[in-house]
Amino acid sequence: MRNSLALQIGPVAFRVGSVWRAPIEALAGLYAGYPAPEDGICDFTVRLEPEKPWRRWLRPSVAIQGDYILPDAAPLPLGMGLLAAEMGMNLQMALGQKRYLLLHAASVEKDGRALILTGESGAGKSTFAALLGERGWRLMGDEFALLDLETGMLRAFPRAVSLKNGAIALMEREVIPTRFGPRLDGTPKGSIRHMRPDAAAIARMGEGARPALLLFPRFGAAEAVRPVGQAEIFMRLTQASTNYVALGAAGFDALTRLVSTIPSAAVDYPDTDTAIGLVDELWRQAA
Amino acid sequence: MAAPRYIADPEDQVRIVALDGLSVIFHAPSGMTHIVAPPTPEILTALRKGPADAAELLRRLSAHYEIEGDDVAARLNELEAAGLVRRA
Repeated sequence: MRNSLALQIGPVAFRVGSVWRAPIEALAGLYAGYPAPEDGICDFTVRLEPEKPWRRWLRPSVAIQGDYILPDAAPLPLGMGLLAAEMGMNLQMALGQKRYLLLHAASVEKDGRALILTGESGAGKSTFAALLGERGWRLMGDEFALLDLETGMLRAFPRAVSLKNGAIALMEREVIPTRFGPRLDGTPKGSIRHMRPDAAAIARMGEGARPALLLFPRFGAAEAVRPVGQAEIFMRLTQASTNYVALGAAGFDALTRLVSTIPSAAVDYPDTDTAIGLVDELWRQAA
Repeated sequence: MAAPRYIADPEDQVRIVALDGLSVIFHAPSGMTHIVAPPTPEILTALRKGPADAAELLRRLSAHYEIEGDDVAARLNELEAAGLVRRA
């Protein structure tokens, strides 16, 4: 690949390469300050290639290639090359990660203990985690929580946060402009703008945390905190994991251990200030 | 016709973990995870003492649990359909 970038993100090293310069430059800008893999060896490779050879120049269109691919994934216009790179990295994790139980969840850390936020797409967990990351918590990740199969610890995976639609303006009021990537309008999920986690999240990406509280946040409803049964949590987390089935007994053991030891609740919130208040209260109770 | 006798996979092939009154089961031979309510895990555990029909299982279980014979037969049918027990 003519243009490429190697990135260490938590315990995982990626190489992203492309025939085009622009997507790699955009990625390097977004991930400024991230370390390169120490030994130069990458776990996963993503390649951004023309859908057809002539599409490198003519209405350029990016197909996501790599160690793991989805054959029917639609290519993206070159202007969304950064989004393609992010999707490519997500895809490698979702399909190829075998060392950790991968939960579709955001996580933040305080005092060595982790708060895990999970829930359906659009529930607001990404925004919520990004906001907590600016309010005294360390952002461990907004997309994937990595549960160590051996130790039960959560590993940090602080990728750029993918902000969508209304969350973009919310975070633009909180965070300096240099931490944002370009605004991408008209994506399949509406408008997207990526945001780099703060310096502490990057500097401490090697530090894990003991899972201490699991919340199912839901944005848009009246304030409420409801208990969730352990068996239901277990079921929801198997559905929120991309590799639970592939891991077999090791995944079952790790997940039952997590579910049977961690306090949890479903949290409905009408606005982010309410959400932060609820989290502070639940965190105190869990301490 | 004699009542069917059932057998379950050995303990090291079937993990059972209780979670809040329900149980989750990992069945290694199939790689499947099941969520079940009592008395299903108790039936599986009782079956580990050796093959049994519904009446024999009821005898094994009634020492520790209040349980009906029809209930045992119905759960055995479900367990067989889920692949967690099979005919001996």
